[in-house]
Amino acid sequence: MSGIPHDHYEPKTNGEKWLNSRLPIVGLIYDTIMIPTPKNLNWWWIWGIVLAFCLALQIVTGIVLVMHYTPHVDLAFASIEHIMRNVNGGYMLRYIHMNGASLFFVAVYIHIFRGLFYGSYKAPREITWIIGMLIYLMMMGTAFMGYVLPWGQMSFWGATVITGLFGAIPFVGDAIQTWLLGGPAVDNATLNRFFSLHYLLPFVIAALVIVHIWAFHTTGNNNPTGVEVRRTSKADAEKDTLPFWPYFVIKDLFALAVILVVFWAIVGYMPNYLGHPDNYIEANPLVTPAHIVPEWYFLPFYAILRAFTGEVWVVQFASFITGGIVDAKFFGVIAMFGAILAMALAPWLDTSTVRSGKYRPMFKWWFYLLIIDFFALMWLGAMPAEEPYATFSLIASAYWFAYFFVILPILGVIEKPLPQPETIEEDFNAHYGKADADATPAE
Amino acid sequence: MSHAEDHEGTRRDFLYYVAGGAGVVATGAAVWPLINQMNPSADVQALSSIRVDVSGVEPGTQLTVKWLGKPVFVRHRTGAEIQEAQEQDAEGVDALPDPLARNFNLNADAPATDANRVMPSPEGEAPGAWIVQMGVCTHLGCVPLGDAGDFGGWFCPCHGSHYDLAGRIRKGPAPENLPVPPAEWTDASTIKLG
Repeated sequence: MSGIPHDHYEPKTNGEKWLNSRLPIVGLIYDTIMIPTPKNLNWWWIWGIVLAFCLALQIVTGIVLVMHYTPHVDLAFASIEHIMRNVNGGYMLRYIHMNGASLFFVAVYIHIFRGLFYGSYKAPREITWIIGMLIYLMMMGTAFMGYVLPWGQMSFWGATVITGLFGAIPFVGDAIQTWLLGGPAVDNATLNRFFSLHYLLPFVIAALVIVHIWAFHTTGNNNPTGVEVRRTSKADAEKDTLPFWPYFVIKDLFALAVILVVFWAIVGYMPNYLGHPDNYIEANPLVTPAHIVPEWYFLPFYAILRAFTGEVWVVQFASFITGGIVDAKFFGVIAMFGAILAMALAPWLDTSTVRSGKYRPMFKWWFYLLIIDFFALMWLGAMPAEEPYATFSLIASAYWFAYFFVILPILGVIEKPLPQPETIEEDFNAHYGKADADATPAE
Repeated sequence: MSHAEDHEGTRRDFLYYVAGGAGVVATGAAVWPLINQMNPSADVQALSSIRVDVSGVEPGTQLTVKWLGKPVFVRHRTGAEIQEAQEQDAEGVDALPDPLARNFNLNADAPATDANRVMPSPEGEAPGAWIVQMGVCTHLGCVPLGDAGDFGGWFCPCHGSHYDLAGRIRKGPAPENLPVPPAEWTDASTIKLG
């Protein structure tokens, strides 16, 4: 794999040769684990392992929680309380699963913004990026449906609002919404199918993760300089890289251990901090909670959904040119999905030939503003739908789109990049000195 | 290329198209039941009509009933409320965000006047005393709160839509007036929904 010259697995014993000629699985694992990895990777590159850990954690805790959960509108809420009070260690399993979802999204957001800063989405890694975006979409679907299962007030009303998004599609929206819900409103049929899909999607994600890893093992990892590993000879490649095992595995596991200290502190001491008290009230179709708030990881996109009301001129213009087919409601839905699509299109919107933001003096500031914008949207999504939050949401949403559709294309043309190192080795030695060449990279 | 080969090629092409076409049809036939099973089941469809006793609903109060899994607001308006709703008419329906009545019992193009939104009153009551509408915000489906909002009618707490005393959208992100469901009096104190 990887196109970077390196040693391959050679079966030595008769037993290994026997297996290898029938199923070369040891070689596949060896080449995957020993992939030459740029030796200048910094701490922003540890989140992939954290994500893999989260997926495994969620699947394992999820499978055991299903052994005690009942997907029925009359019993679901009670079965969650059963898990919390009666099942041996059930409260801990549920708290880990709940907060595990949050850790998963913390990791995926840092991983995505890492890619956006260091230009990991650029050629030849577009497929890795697109697969990653698909995984992120599936994660959102899985998390949303999982949140419905406890059948609390936020579960029910979150499901009502989000499935309502599909009802906004012109002409066929109502039919699609009824089909998704299995009835005129969120009810038992909805709960059952969400449970089925919540169990299915993580395995689809696991399959996509394999494709994601396959894709970047084919192109090789990006790195903080954005300069490619030399492929001219094995000796050159070895000056730029170290094998993934043991160097990066140990580094990543150390980082994971530090992150898990924080995670366990949250699970142990403040397990409901990231949740909503309203979800400990059983679902009631006749009463809407005063303030419906999605989970924190949906807030930025929820803010974009709400920002485009009928008073905004772009919305009125879209409604005018489409003869009213695109109304304020549908416009909001398009904007929300468009905000995610904008990220997915980054490889083709960014015109700069320089990968890493380190060598792009103007890009840097726009990127930092994007990070601030993301947190601003997250805060605004949790605020009530009134002034001044509505105006702020509109400005913050506008910047999100401007970054991808205006700033990225223009910067590549007008920006004068800083000089980049010739090789990864040069960058590494400049940081850590030549004598230290065997040490694991740190920053 | 000889004639014989041409002949054979045509036969083979024909078989390709037939086999391919049959494959597409068979796949579609196999997938359709998997999609259709998600549509509303027979027991869900059976609950499409209910009768509501409204004899206990005093003027100035509202009854919320569940119909098709969704709340329906049955409001008994006071004289002052009727008057206020009709005054809101005077501004002209074309000035409203949604100028249509959205009343299932009337034509689709009926204008959103107060008279087009209310139930016909039973004998002995002022016109416009009863208004029946879906308690589902036309924005994203939350249940609006009664006696709330800038127009004295309903207010949706989710995204801030204000409805007036006739359930018409006046302010906020909701695109349409609260829909009026199929409703009729079966006797002086019973309303049939559906």
